[in-house]
Parts: sequence; C-alpha cells; structure tokens
Amino acid sequence: MGPPNGRVPSPIDDYALIGDGRSAALVSKNGSMDWLCWPRFDSDAALWRLLDPEGGFWRLEPTTSYRVERRYEAGTNVLATTFSTADGSARLLDWMPVASERAKREILLPEREILRVVDCTRGSVEVELELSLRPGFGEQRCRIRQPSAQSVQFECGRSAWLLRADRPLNLSGRTVRTRLSLHAGERAALSLTHGEDGPLVHVPFGDRTQQALDRSLAWWRAWSARARYDGPYRDAVIRSVLALKCMTFAPSGAIIAAPTTSLPELLGGPLNWDYRYCWVRDAALTVRALYDLGYDEDASAFVGWLLHATRLTRPEIRVLYDVYGRPPEHERQLAGLAGHQGSRPVRVGNAAVSQLQLDSYGELIHASFELARRGAIRMDGEVQRLLRDLGEFVCAHWDEPDHGIWEPRSRPREYTHSKALCWAALDRLLDLNARGLIDRVPRDRFTQHRDRIRDSIERRGYSPRIASYTQAFDDEGADASLLQLAWYGYRRASDPQMLGTHRFIRDRLDAGGGLLYRYEQSRTDGEGAFGICSFWAAEYLAAGGGTAAEAQALLERVLGYANDVGLFAEEMDPITGQALGNFPQAFTHVGLIGAALALEARLKGSDLESHP
Amino acid sequence: MNYGGWALWGFIGTIVLTTVMVGSQRLSMTRINIPYMLGTMVTPNRDRAKIIGIALHLINGWLLSAIYVAAFHALGRATVWLGALMGLVHALFVLVVALPALPGLHPRMASDTRGPEVVEQLEPPGFMALHYGFQTPISVLVAHLVFGAVLGAFYRW
Repeated sequence: MGPPNGRVPSPIDDYALIGDGRSAALVSKNGSMDWLCWPRFDSDAALWRLLDPEGGFWRLEPTTSYRVERRYEAGTNVLATTFSTADGSARLLDWMPVASERAKREILLPEREILRVVDCTRGSVEVELELSLRPGFGEQRCRIRQPSAQSVQFECGRSAWLLRADRPLNLSGRTVRTRLSLHAGERAALSLTHGEDGPLVHVPFGDRTQQALDRSLAWWRAWSARARYDGPYRDAVIRSVLALKCMTFAPSGAIIAAPTTSLPELLGGPLNWDYRYCWVRDAALTVRALYDLGYDEDASAFVGWLLHATRLTRPEIRVLYDVYGRPPEHERQLAGLAGHQGSRPVRVGNAAVSQLQLDSYGELIHASFELARRGAIRMDGEVQRLLRDLGEFVCAHWDEPDHGIWEPRSRPREYTHSKALCWAALDRLLDLNARGLIDRVPRDRFTQHRDRIRDSIERRGYSPRIASYTQAFDDEGADASLLQLAWYGYRRASDPQMLGTHRFIRDRLDAGGGLLYRYEQSRTDGEGAFGICSFWAAEYLAAGGGTAAEAQALLERVLGYANDVGLFAEEMDPITGQALGNFPQAFTHVGLIGAALALEARLKGSDLESHP
Repeated sequence: MNYGGWALWGFIGTIVLTTVMVGSQRLSMTRINIPYMLGTMVTPNRDRAKIIGIALHLINGWLLSAIYVAAFHALGRATVWLGALMGLVHALFVLVVALPALPGLHPRMASDTRGPEVVEQLEPPGFMALHYGFQTPISVLVAHLVFGAVLGAFYRW
C-alpha cells in the first residue's frame, strides 16, 4: 500500500503504452499520463513530466493510500489499472479510441482522443483529477477557457485541446484539479481531444463512451487474434506485436523506433536520444516480425512508405526519416528541461541522420527479399529499380568505414557486422534475380563484389587467435550484433566460427542474469545491458548454436525483465533489472518475437538457420 | 473563342507544367508526382498508374486551361503577366485547398486520421503538400506560373 504519488515522476518501467496508430501516450502506475505528443509521434510533447517534474501531466489517482495492479485488457492496447484503498476499489481504463476505416465512414470521431474511465467496483473511492497541459514542451502559449462547467478548452496556436468530463471540472489557474467521489457501480468518464483541421468534435458520454470502448476492444482483439504464433510465449509475443502496432504510423506506413525521447541509457547521464523517428534498419526488422506473424498489410505499407521516403535521396538512404519520409528536425537540446531523473540533456531531433550506416542496406534488402519471395509485396518496376539502386550503392561503398548498427558518435570504422550485411544485400539481390523476381541485375558485378566482401571479412574480420568474428576489421573487440550473422545466412549457427563467436561474446559481454551488453564500451560508458542482444542470443541458440533447452532457458530468463504489463525498454540495468533508454523500444520487442519464432521452429523441427 | 488556339496552347502549357513538376521530382526537389497521384486513383499498379496519370493530367490541364482562356476573354487581353498571375492563384488553390482535401476523394490515399488500420496507400499531402518535401510548394508554384505564362503569351483570338 503506497501513498498517492502527487507530482513525483515514475521510473521508466512504471509506464504502460496506449496508442492509436498515429500517436502514443505513456501512463504510470499511479494513473498519471506523463507523456503525450499530438498530433504525431514526433510532435512536441504536451504531457512531458516523464522528462521534468514540472512538465505537463494528466493524473487520476486515489486521494488515500492504495495498492495498484495493472494489466492490458486481453489482446488489446486498452490499459486497466485497479486501485484498491481501505474504503474500496476503482478500475481506471485508459485508451485511445480506435475503429475500422469502415466504421469511421459512419461516425464522426475527433482527430485525436484519449478516453479515461474510472469505474468504482467496491465500496467508495475518491479520485483526484489533475491536468496540467503544456503543449510544445511548455513553450507554446495557450488561451485557456471554460466553455461549460464540464469542459475546459486550451487554444494553442492552430491547435485546440478540449478536456471534457461527465461531471463539473474546476479550473484553477492553468491547471484543472477536481476530486471525483465514486460509489460502487458508479462511473466517471473523461475525454481529451485535439484538433487542428477544423472544429473539435464533441462525442457524448454514457452509451457513446461504452460504444467507443467496445469498438476499441473489438478492433484490437480482432487484430491481435490474427497473429500466427501458438507457442508457449504467446502472451509475450502478442504484447510485443501490440506494442509494435502502436509504433506504426498508419497514415504513411512508417514504423518508429520508440515513442519517447531522451529516456536515459545511463540514469543521470548524457546518453539521451530522440527515437521518435523511423530508422530504416529498425523498421525493416519490425516489418519482418510483423510479416512473420501474419500481418502482410503492414509489410506492403512499409515498402510503399519506403519508396516514397527515399525518393529524394536515392540511391543513398538516410539512416532515419520522420513519419512522412522527411529528414528529422535538426538535433537540438531543450535546455530548460531537467531530464528524466536528472538525465540531461533532453534532445529533440537526431543527428545520426547524417551518418553512413551500411548495415541498413542489408537489413532493408533482406527484409524485401523475405517479403518478395513470400509474395507479400508487388515487385513492380519501381520496387525493382529501388532494390537495384541500393545494390549499386552497396557495390560502390561497402569498403568504406561507417558508423554501424550502434551509430556511435565517434569516428567511423570498418564494422564487421556492416560488411556482413553488405554481403547479405548483394547475395539476396542475386537470389531474387535467380528466382525471377527482379530483372536487369548486373550479376557479374554483384557476384564479384559479394565475393570480395566475404573475402575481406574472413581475412580482416575474423581472428583465428580468439576464434571469433570481431567487432571491426583488424581488431579483437566483441560485438553482440555478430550473433546475427547466422540469421543472415553468412554462416550456419553451428559452424565452428559462429560457435567461437558466440563463446567470445558470452565471455566478453555477459552482463549477468542472461543479459548481454551490446559491445565492450558499454561497461566503460556505464550503459545497461542491451535488450535485443539477449534475445539475439536466444535466437542464435534456437537456430542451431545450442540446444532448444538452452534457447528456452535463456529466453525465459530474459522475458523476466519485462515490466508488469510485458513491455521492454531499449536496455536493462544488469544489477537492478530496471528499464533504461527509450520506452517501449520496438527493437527489443522485435528481438523477442524473433527469438520466440526461432524457438518454435526449432521445437517443430524446421530449419531457421539462415535464409533459404 | 479561338478553339484551335485553346486546344494547342492548353496542351502545350500542360506538357510544360507536367515536365516541370516531374523534372523537379527527378531532381530530388520534391516527392510530389501529380500524374502518379491521379493514376493511382484508377489502378494500384505503380508503373501503369504513371502512364494513366499522365493522360489524366493532360486532360485535366486541357480542361483547366479553358478557365484561363475564358478569363482572358472576359478581361479582353492575354499577356504573360496576366497568365502568370492566374497561374499563381491556381497554384495557391492547389496547394492550400485541393491537395490537402485530396484524401477525401482519392481511393488509395490515406488521411491524417487513418489508423491503426494499415494498407498500402499514398501518404496524405498535408498543408501546402509539405509532407512531400519542403520544396514542394516551390515546384508547384513554378509549374503553374509557367503554365499560365505560356497560355498568356501565346493564346490569341
């Protein structure tokens, strides 16, 4: 039983995600919505207490001490938080209403909306509502007025925000603060809407609220029920795919890396980055995970987005784009923000956009290969031209140093993982050509470069002394991304070179508790263990690098680091298990799905070692 | 009205406008591709959409040039500057009104309120079509200025 938390921001893993495929919000265990960017993922935040105790928030919390339990309604992104006090219990439901496009043609819905409903289920409970809306990270000036006793409107530039309730609201200065007294069987409903494109839409409460809830539950359940996975980790896989869906920007098909910015990789440290953009690499991996689970339409939508996004930079692809395929805004620091638990600076925008990350080409071509050979994307002239152009770019640049998958802000190096992905890019293009799915491929040139890349890797990216592939050429560092070489078909997982690499990575990067650091510098930098690396290790074992039992044991250990609602951040503190970095992180959940699918395939006796 | 002049210069103006817009896309200034956007109203096949879209765009341009010609007659004169001024108004209408409203008409274009349901669709253009690149308004503006200027310079009755 804990006291009301008032204005104290929560640790990262106290949060749960809600979303509608265009935007997302984070809600803490104490019922405080501390992160909201509207109208898009990368818009400046209006609720941002996650990054500053003085930031905007929307809290619904009992006024007396309480115990709290949370879960998502099964198969949905509707969050249910149950508060139990000495006098009674109340269940808080938080969600962004969703509906099918067909239903949207029949009903008028707000551009953006969050519904919060408190149901008193036992005795009586008093809940305090507090809303401090501070759009534009507090920089945007708003005119606040109360058009009726039950609503408060914020007019901020060309956007308007409207808080409505089914009972009177008290506006005190710039904050809405109201106590809601509920007895068993009573419900209080609140709605926050946002509009830029016209008058705000007022949806009545009562039956309409229940209909919005039923519609959202039905949509999410129908969507999640389509997942093609019936293995022992179905709950974790479904939660992961639901989280990934919340990070898909439906109007364009882009997939963002995480819905937050500047959650620290080191508490109190400067490793704080903005992940609210679409990394081509992360998105390609995500779309493959979605496709593996049966969500074909997300795969083809992503390819459509990619064709559009890369139009201005082709054949070079940027490392990341915004959700509309534009370059992200220039990286800047928000000097006025205290940062999450004092972790400064808070950054908006991402300077990694100007880096060369050669592995992105391999990830993208490999994902396209997987989708094309299964008929998930139409290989029309435009797609073929893009893929050929990417292959030509790889031929021209594979021998250059780059910033690699981990995009360090130091000098570029010749990362072995990047070279292996360049090899995979050309190999998959040649394979697509052999299958008749892409024509006019310069086979001789692609073959020649592919073989030269492999030769370079074997000469300079493998050390016989340590019997392992190495982080970079002519170097003997360990890097967990090398576990993926088996997945990309560079070597079989059971080859001695890969077994040695796995052993070396375990020796050098073991963070304890089944966790792995991504590379050796992680220890010096003080960052946490990297979520996806631990899942890669489980996937590698499942793919033939170990026994199924070893893979299963590792996967189960790593799954234990999820928070109470099954979400993972980018990293975990290897000592406390606390989540670190942006949250939730698509990459980590992609790793989880990959490991679960690899293990299922191993248990069913299929070969997942490499691309066919 | 000089129907022959309208047909000839309306056609040539549209050819020039289409060339400027597709050219600016090829020069990586913008991702807007009006013929492609029109063509995808008819077919999801990207390659065929471009061909069909060019035909539709030529017909569109031809029909719209009739409004320019009618205005020249109403004002009793046709000059480069008058044509360019009309092109400016035309471009502003396209950028501020027509393109942002297109998702309501286009069967294969998403709107900003789409989601979470995903299908492969064209991205919505947004205000001033800025979702297609920050130089998009310049490309649209220049193309329509040239379109109007060609009509104003060469149409005679």
